[in-house]
Amino acid sequence: MGGPVNPGYTRHHPRWHRRRIPIFWWLEKASYTKFIARELTSLAVGYTALVLMLQVWSLARGPESYDRFVSWLQLRPVVALHIVMLGLLVYHSVTWLSLAPRALVLRFARRRLPGTVVLLMHYAAWLVASAAVLWLLVAG
Amino acid sequence: MDTISHDILVVGGGGAGLRAAIAVSETNPGLSVGIVSKVYPMRSHTVVAEGGAAAVVKPEDSLEAHAYDTISGGDWLCDQDAVEAFVTEAPEEMIRLEHWGCPWSRQPDGHIAVRPFGGMKLERTWYAADKTGFHLLHTLYQTSLKYEGVRNYDEWFVTRLLVDEGRCRGLVAIELASGKPYAMVAGAVIMCTGGAGKVYPFTTNANIKTGDGMALAYRAGVPLKDMEFVQFHPTGLPFTGILITEAARAEGGWLLNKEGYRYLQDYDLGVPNPAPVKRSMELGPRDRLSQAFVKEMERGRTIETPHGHVVHLDIRHLGAKVIDTKLPFVRELCLKYENLDPVKELIPVRPVVHYMMGGVHTDMHGSTPLPGLYAAGEVACVNINGANRLGSNSLTELLVFGARAGRAAAEFVAPGAGSANGAVLAQALDEERRLKAALLDREGSRERVSGLRNEMQAAIDEGAGIYRTAEGLESAISTIQELQERYGDVALDDRSRTFNTELMASLELANLLDVAEAVLHSALSRTESRGAHQRTDHPEREDERLLSHSLAFWTEDDVPRIEYHPVTITRWPPGKRVYGEQAS
Amino acid sequence: MTEPVTFQIQRYRPEVEDEPTWESFGVPCRSEWMILDALNHIKDHVDGSLSYRWACRMGVCGSCGMLVNGEPVLTCATYVTSVLPGPVRVEPLRGFPVMRDLVSDISDFVRKLESVKPWIVRKSEKSLEEGEYLQTPREMGEYEQYSMCINCMLCYSACPIYELEPDFLGPAVIALAQRYNLDSRDEGSEERMDILSRQDGIWCCTFVGECSAVCPKNVDPAGAIQRLKVTSTVHAFKSLLMPWAGR
Repeated sequence: MGGPVNPGYTRHHPRWHRRRIPIFWWLEKASYTKFIARELTSLAVGYTALVLMLQVWSLARGPESYDRFVSWLQLRPVVALHIVMLGLLVYHSVTWLSLAPRALVLRFARRRLPGTVVLLMHYAAWLVASAAVLWLLVAG
Repeated sequence: MDTISHDILVVGGGGAGLRAAIAVSETNPGLSVGIVSKVYPMRSHTVVAEGGAAAVVKPEDSLEAHAYDTISGGDWLCDQDAVEAFVTEAPEEMIRLEHWGCPWSRQPDGHIAVRPFGGMKLERTWYAADKTGFHLLHTLYQTSLKYEGVRNYDEWFVTRLLVDEGRCRGLVAIELASGKPYAMVAGAVIMCTGGAGKVYPFTTNANIKTGDGMALAYRAGVPLKDMEFVQFHPTGLPFTGILITEAARAEGGWLLNKEGYRYLQDYDLGVPNPAPVKRSMELGPRDRLSQAFVKEMERGRTIETPHGHVVHLDIRHLGAKVIDTKLPFVRELCLKYENLDPVKELIPVRPVVHYMMGGVHTDMHGSTPLPGLYAAGEVACVNINGANRLGSNSLTELLVFGARAGRAAAEFVAPGAGSANGAVLAQALDEERRLKAALLDREGSRERVSGLRNEMQAAIDEGAGIYRTAEGLESAISTIQELQERYGDVALDDRSRTFNTELMASLELANLLDVAEAVLHSALSRTESRGAHQRTDHPEREDERLLSHSLAFWTEDDVPRIEYHPVTITRWPPGKRVYGEQAS
Repeated sequence: MTEPVTFQIQRYRPEVEDEPTWESFGVPCRSEWMILDALNHIKDHVDGSLSYRWACRMGVCGSCGMLVNGEPVLTCATYVTSVLPGPVRVEPLRGFPVMRDLVSDISDFVRKLESVKPWIVRKSEKSLEEGEYLQTPREMGEYEQYSMCINCMLCYSACPIYELEPDFLGPAVIALAQRYNLDSRDEGSEERMDILSRQDGIWCCTFVGECSAVCPKNVDPAGAIQRLKVTSTVHAFKSLLMPWAGR
């Protein structure tokens, strides 16, 4: 079943060459750069979660604390930052959803649903969830 | 020199080799098997087979019909007892492959589907789209991984068999990664190294088909049988030689000449019908179709291209749906290698060397005359293919005879029998010295491997093509003899020990030269025309004199001794090969 | 073609050097040549010591995978005209140790392949007399794509994760495991799930997607891995919430 005489032989073979992976390996190919960019946008998600937690925490500490938080949110540089974060969030969500059809194989009446249908279903779900949240904010 | 010991060694990891190794493990799980292959098993040439594998499955079919088609297709040079065993065991081997996961194409109800094929009276060719060999090989390889007793020596190149006291005791192999030769000893060796298409310049065969096993056995004193029978497949792409499967014709393809005329009707192969008719026209046997091409070319009715004369294979009328379901690989190959879409355009094709009916002399259990040495697959000659092989019999042959050889070797061997005695080790050390002296240490390149190889290929193509004459063969023989001498002066550019592919090419060239010698002398000796061996100076089949197998024995002076061995006839006395309307 | 094409080829002779070097060759190419034909020309007429693997020359054995201008391709299926103008850079596949010139050591793949049990696993076998397992064309369609893998390793070369994390099972191995998981005749999904859902299995993949982009046979290993992630997660929740459901 095994390969050459000693199975552990290969990786540490003194004569066989493994190249040193360059630090900027991800700049060598457009697809790698896009991948790293996509992964880095998860930081935006983390940041947004942090802001939401701050919001809840400041609310819990009383009206003055909350007002301080809101005025911080209204600072020009913070608004600019949050617009950028929104952009990254949307990019993150769109790229995430575009991968969904590859991961989810759904069937209806014994036929495989085409990728675009799966994708549209995800967007529909996103829309519904967003609409529900919006209703809560506006109506409540 | 390091020694490795196994109960059984299998040389070659293709369909036959893997099947043999599995058969050994199933017969006796306690035996240790080493598969020694010069490439990773999934690279073996079995992988390119396209059309299918034949086995009787339809209720209206019969084992007798399959046997008769095979025997008549082989122009009665087949050993009928072996053919009977072959057709009997074929269906169970195919079911076994299916149980192991092979994705055979199915009918809508889930049962196995079969398609018609050249020379067969009824549909019995099992297929996996048009990549049957690929699926067969990968199924066998992946299944072989589950047997504990089987060990793979991937990219190890065998250079010599070790024989002592009239028995095969093992072999010497170079581990390509390190360049180090090892003595591998065993109770039995099963040779499954495939054919030798690379003797010719234009072949469907991969680079690795260099007749290694044939040469190894030949030099160890085992005769090569029926070497003069070389199959030219009628439909290869020009320039590359890539195979366009017979299945294209089985599904209804037509062969057209310069005028768009289905020329096969002029060659006693029946009358044209829009739909395929079994054993007729484009579904005739391969040797007759290739011979018809040569005659057409002589009459100036073939199409001239920068890569030689061609005819056209027309599958446009099958439609895109059929082509994409039944012949997707054909479409892919034409698009990639000829820049044309067979759904809309004609495919240029010409005869191309494809298969060696001949090989190492074995009986129907895969045993050679040398005790301890077995052979199966294209390297062996049982002979069930006779003077011309029918398409789709070869893949089945790998399974049936691979299993038979494996079982026979397993029963022959006593566990722990593979041990190195003094004489065997001395031979191995001698081989190590030879390799070092003759190849790696020689200075001054007066001859290049590639130069000699090209000259050999040109000579045999000229002398032993589809039609042969005594003069042509004799001229080729003297060229090959000269090349054998000049081979002694080959020096390599590559002095490295690590993965030296030039050394391997040089050793393969030596093997090819020995195979070429056997082919040419056997062809010169057979003064008749039968199946794939056509002599314009002896155009008739002569059963009274030559209903026998030729056996070529290696001699010191590179002129093989040719003997004859009678063909076993059981139920089907020699008759006339009839194709076309008369067949029905 | 009128002008010779310049090929820059990576050479590595472990006995004499520690690092690979580059060597340039001018090759008079014909328009119908593949990269492999150019390599063969060099080996036959210029430098016989150039080492590389090839066999079938029709894109089905998987031997001739190399990096050409940074892209993993089958050299027998890539036209020289498609990579012009030169110079054309040819290197061995990435992610694997280089043994010599253009030859990488792919034995890691073979070891990992064995570990996922790439064979039909059944609780009870049918006897040969009972004939074939029935499988409709639709059932075959479920796994057919994944059965097309020729083991060429282009996906491993394209996957940055495989180079960064050498223990990763890798795209082809997982796609082949999935081929058996989805085969209606197989009953081994459970067994394979344990091996596949380890840290160096499917969860090592971060869906770069390059494997599927370079696959010459459209196997879509990335899709296979993501589908397994969904299956594995669902399976984990099911066994957590309904442990009594028959295994």
